[in-house]
Amino acid sequence: MKRKESIFKNAGFQSILAAVICVVIGIFVGYLVLLAINPAGASEGIVTIMKNYFNYPTKPAAMKYLGNTLVKTAPLLLCALSINFCYKVGLFNIGAAGQYVVGAGACLYAALALKLPWIVCLVLAVLAGAIWGMFVGFLKAYGNVNEVISGIMLNWIGLYSVNMLLAKVKEPTSPYTFNLAATNAAAVLPTLGMEKYFSNNRYVTIAIPLSVIIAVVIWVILTKTKFGYELQATGFNKDASKYAGMNEKRNIILTLMIGGALAGMGAALLYLTGFEQWSTTQSSVPAMGFNGIAATFLGGLHPIGTVFASYFIQHITSGGAYLDKAIYPSQISDLISAIIIYLCGFVLFFKFMLNRRIDAGAEKKAQAEKLRAEKAAEGKTETETGKPEGGDAV
Amino acid sequence: MTLLIQYTLIFASVLTLVALGGCFSEHSGVINLGLEGIMVMGALGGALALKSFGNAPYVVVVIGTILISAASGLLYSVLLGVASIHFKADQTLVGTAMNILSTAAATVIVKAINMAENPDNVSSTIQYVNAKKAFIVRMGSFEFNWFMLVALIGLITAYVLLYKTRFGLRLMACGENPQAADSVGINVFRMRWAGVLISGILGGIGGIVYITAGVSEWKFETGVAGFGFLALAVMIFGQWKPINIGLAAILFGFFRALSNVYSGFDFLAALKLPGTVYNMMPYVISLVVLAFTSKNSRAPKAEGIPYDKGSR
Repeated sequence: MKRKESIFKNAGFQSILAAVICVVIGIFVGYLVLLAINPAGASEGIVTIMKNYFNYPTKPAAMKYLGNTLVKTAPLLLCALSINFCYKVGLFNIGAAGQYVVGAGACLYAALALKLPWIVCLVLAVLAGAIWGMFVGFLKAYGNVNEVISGIMLNWIGLYSVNMLLAKVKEPTSPYTFNLAATNAAAVLPTLGMEKYFSNNRYVTIAIPLSVIIAVVIWVILTKTKFGYELQATGFNKDASKYAGMNEKRNIILTLMIGGALAGMGAALLYLTGFEQWSTTQSSVPAMGFNGIAATFLGGLHPIGTVFASYFIQHITSGGAYLDKAIYPSQISDLISAIIIYLCGFVLFFKFMLNRRIDAGAEKKAQAEKLRAEKAAEGKTETETGKPEGGDAV
Repeated sequence: MTLLIQYTLIFASVLTLVALGGCFSEHSGVINLGLEGIMVMGALGGALALKSFGNAPYVVVVIGTILISAASGLLYSVLLGVASIHFKADQTLVGTAMNILSTAAATVIVKAINMAENPDNVSSTIQYVNAKKAFIVRMGSFEFNWFMLVALIGLITAYVLLYKTRFGLRLMACGENPQAADSVGINVFRMRWAGVLISGILGGIGGIVYITAGVSEWKFETGVAGFGFLALAVMIFGQWKPINIGLAAILFGFFRALSNVYSGFDFLAALKLPGTVYNMMPYVISLVVLAFTSKNSRAPKAEGIPYDKGSR
């Protein structure tokens, strides 16, 4: 007879529980910061962040701004998937931010200077990101360079290069690149009529469903294919997988290329909607790649969990913009995401402690039942069916 | 030319201090990728101190600012210590979180202060034009900065501390083989805490040096532009040894300084390269250098692995 296991023992449930705890603590700390800045509006402020587009009284307006949040969720999700995929192979792809940047550079240059259609722009962005990721992988595989350090260096190199490249297609009077729809309408991602559901928000494009499909594809690759299994084996133990005949150098480079391709594609999914124009004077790497780290760890390192986590992170990031700017800085949202990432560092330890507690509890119970069973057997009747399988929970 | 030397030395000072911080932390067995964040916090503490000292005597300004920066860095490094020493967290993740958190927190804090002073001022910039003068001693056309001396003292102290004292040798033992260190009665947890906190102090001071190096105001939304990671590259290039770190810092400092002064050299100006190319230079150089030096790296053997008494 199989004993029914406690729900706390379920790995999926543990991940969700951990994510919820991280979020609650993160929001609580955000609330404390609001209190410290100005106690009068703190409660209202934190509610504003959580409400995001529900701050609009009418349904059409709310739907329109829900659309905007989704438009920015798609690139975030792809950056998060990039980090997720590499992390499963034991690589911390902090270079996703830079791969995102070169993706933006490639698709915007292709769209604005070369006047190419959207599908070509998208492919170019994917390629640019993949090449940027390949550098990191190559340095890691053949030069033993820590991927975090080379990733950061490439982030800055990417930012400066893209600023230089896109300065060729910027508006003469502002640091921003040309308006996409006005310059090359063929480069705008198709909407397939989806804008109707979002009060004619024309930025709602195929990017949103596409990003979710990619998440499912990544999940399938990682869990259902030989290729994904090989990559994860390389992540678990580089030497063992090499011994088992896997080409670990090739796997490292390939992983980071895929990671780079995902991040580069993320940029195309945002910039090819025309929602944002690139500022050629920006002096810091866009936060998208770093927020991706928050989303992927909050999603329990599971591609499907990442979909929901990305939405949540983007929800509070967008919500921060509705704070009363005369009292509170909108970066409170970034602060909350950062705290959530920090707390995610404790998740492994949390799961370990939880499992140990459950096991200890189960063992105690099993022993008590065994004692009872022995006593009953001493009596006369056989209570074989109730005998616990000692230590099944261990 | 003097200008180039001056900037090289000041940026080398930043890199030396921060790389030494990384060196202490890694020798104790903890990878400190949060140095960038520690620098931001040190810079924040120092900038606020500079702002509030106003017209105090120079000695007070110099010593006070250094102490407050060091204290800010030290406090912030506790986040790394708690997570990586006691909770066995992924050190890469925690370091990254600290970097992101520091920029967000510093921006929020500075904006809140600016807005409280003047509701129309929503920038994340702190100015310290006058207070900064306390650090500078003019020697002809060369501006000596007290921070250069601080970096030199830091370098010598680090060398003596690591190789000539019982504490330093024990610290390094914890990064090489913590089980063996434990077996002879060294408290590995305490040593790792020491390594992390020292890196907090040095990173914090490095932060204030960096933001006062070439400019007299700082926009905290930009963080410290990857300088903490450049310092880690210096540390790797310097093979985790203080003297080599000092020399590596001068090389990297030189390329960083070029971006500030290239227009003053006729032959560089004649190349007509955009300024962005010079901005990119330190990052490119560090990638090239890392590609050639990481292969035979002499990294402490047990770095990055949480210490568990039960494992062997």
